[in-house]
Amino acid sequence: MTMLNELTIAEARDLLRKGETTAVDLTMACLTAIDASDPLNAFVHKTPDIALERARAADARIQSGDAPSMCGIPVGIKDVYCTKGVLSQAASNVLSGFRPEYESTVTQNLADAGSVMLGKLNMDEFAMGSSNEHSCYGRAVNPWRREGDETPLTPGGSSGGSAAAVAADLCLAATGTDTGGSIRQPAAFTGTVGIKPTYGRCSRWGVIAYASSLDQAGPMTKSVRDAAIMLGAMAGHDPKDSTSADIPVPDFEAMLTGDIRGKKIGIPREYRIEGLPSEIAAIWDQGTAMLKDAGAQIVDISLPHTKYALPAYYVVAPAEASSNLARYDGVRYGHRAKLGQGDGITEMYEKTRAEGFGYEVQRRVMIGTYVLSAGFYDAYYNRARKVRALIKRDFENVFAEGIDAILAPISPSAAFGLGEVAESDPVAMYLNDVFTVTLNLAGLPGVAVPVGLNAQGLPLGLQLIGRPWEEGDLLNHAYALEQAAGFVSKPRKWW
Amino acid sequence: MSIDIDTARKVAHLARIAVKEEDLPALAGELSAVLNFMEQLNEVDVEGVEPMTSVTPMRLKRRQDVVTEGGIPDRILSNAPDAREGFFAVPKVVE
Repeated sequence: MTMLNELTIAEARDLLRKGETTAVDLTMACLTAIDASDPLNAFVHKTPDIALERARAADARIQSGDAPSMCGIPVGIKDVYCTKGVLSQAASNVLSGFRPEYESTVTQNLADAGSVMLGKLNMDEFAMGSSNEHSCYGRAVNPWRREGDETPLTPGGSSGGSAAAVAADLCLAATGTDTGGSIRQPAAFTGTVGIKPTYGRCSRWGVIAYASSLDQAGPMTKSVRDAAIMLGAMAGHDPKDSTSADIPVPDFEAMLTGDIRGKKIGIPREYRIEGLPSEIAAIWDQGTAMLKDAGAQIVDISLPHTKYALPAYYVVAPAEASSNLARYDGVRYGHRAKLGQGDGITEMYEKTRAEGFGYEVQRRVMIGTYVLSAGFYDAYYNRARKVRALIKRDFENVFAEGIDAILAPISPSAAFGLGEVAESDPVAMYLNDVFTVTLNLAGLPGVAVPVGLNAQGLPLGLQLIGRPWEEGDLLNHAYALEQAAGFVSKPRKWW
Repeated sequence: MSIDIDTARKVAHLARIAVKEEDLPALAGELSAVLNFMEQLNEVDVEGVEPMTSVTPMRLKRRQDVVTEGGIPDRILSNAPDAREGFFAVPKVVE
């Protein structure tokens, strides 16, 4: 028998509406699972009182006949979202003890829809990382392990806690954010579904900023249907975010027909990079065959500037980060360093930031500072922005030729061991993002779908990339792929 | 482009991050590695390309220039490491 915390959003919704379970029971099941999950280090702040209060309110609402799809659904919230009165630190010591006086728009939307917040989820500090190893809470651990091997694996990053929590059934779904792959790569590493919507679909207000022109919120779920349901609740125009799109949010779930006959799926040849591991190439080929069998037309396409996406990203994102993170100065919130005799305000800034920021964040802030500094602005930052325009144009060209969606790998490997990629070699870690950053630069929606297991029993996923604002159509492609792949594996419980 | 120790020190100061003198060589090496990786961008012909600022071709929304929230100094100061008499407090700035 399925435990309540193992349900999908859609299953729980249907049971709630039929009166066969309650939001309180669902919430209790999740809270129990969370309390037994310390080795995963996914939930870093638990909010059982808020959860039960909201669950009781949801039950009352459902009884009164008003039950939106997310009503009574227990979810986890990535620590990067500001939640009123609840610690929100973006996994950074510089925000130690920060309890916002306000609620982010996305979490408010979820609350308004009746969903239940269980607590805050681990992540890479300020969402900078691909392994969830850079966190003031310590690393999050993947519930998946290699067959016959107890090596702890990364759940991916930066939304590693969200991915681990969903995969381990600690919650029905979770929020993530995706600046360069931070929803899709953890989803792929944990056999879950995650969508990064079109830039502007979800409000960034109250989401602690990393790189403002790239950051986008999205759901991480157990199925494509759940992603459609939850995205619908998170999205919408917000006057408090000037980049939030003032366009209607369609009923994404209603668009899931699974019929992709006649659709044109692009296979970008530049993603077949040198040294692509055979298990990744194989799963990509399998996914391609699945979509073809579902009646889609497979088209070889070219995105010629793909190779330059990663270096362009690692100019643009740190540049924006260096500016966004200037606010952590020890004055308004969080940590302030203890000052020595004669220390002035400059020493206060420098010591506070040295103590408060983790090493990867310091490195990216300094790279950003450098590429924006006098004499280098044109050589690095402006050039990267021009290359970014070319990368976006590549996608526009293929969509203009009638491509409906693009199928590509998500990361160059399955989940790797914690500590396997050396801290002293930042470029090696950045290579994890080679397939994911392209669509952040172009602002496009992308969805990760689990497709199979590798020889060691670890999940492998693929991403579908869609046209701007057409998340509904994109999710329908993902739904067809999900049905064809029939991925039902779950991690064996060891924690 | 290789970053020397003096440049690393300068960048750290511009970023207002205290870096110990003995940590500067390693930092310079890592920053150099990242910048070398970025050198690939020089291979791209960007002649006549407009630098991209926004991914969606929309005009930023304007709002009325009015106070929407105010009179809440306690809430503004509630997270400050040091707040006194309704103000953020910092070390002495002017002698």
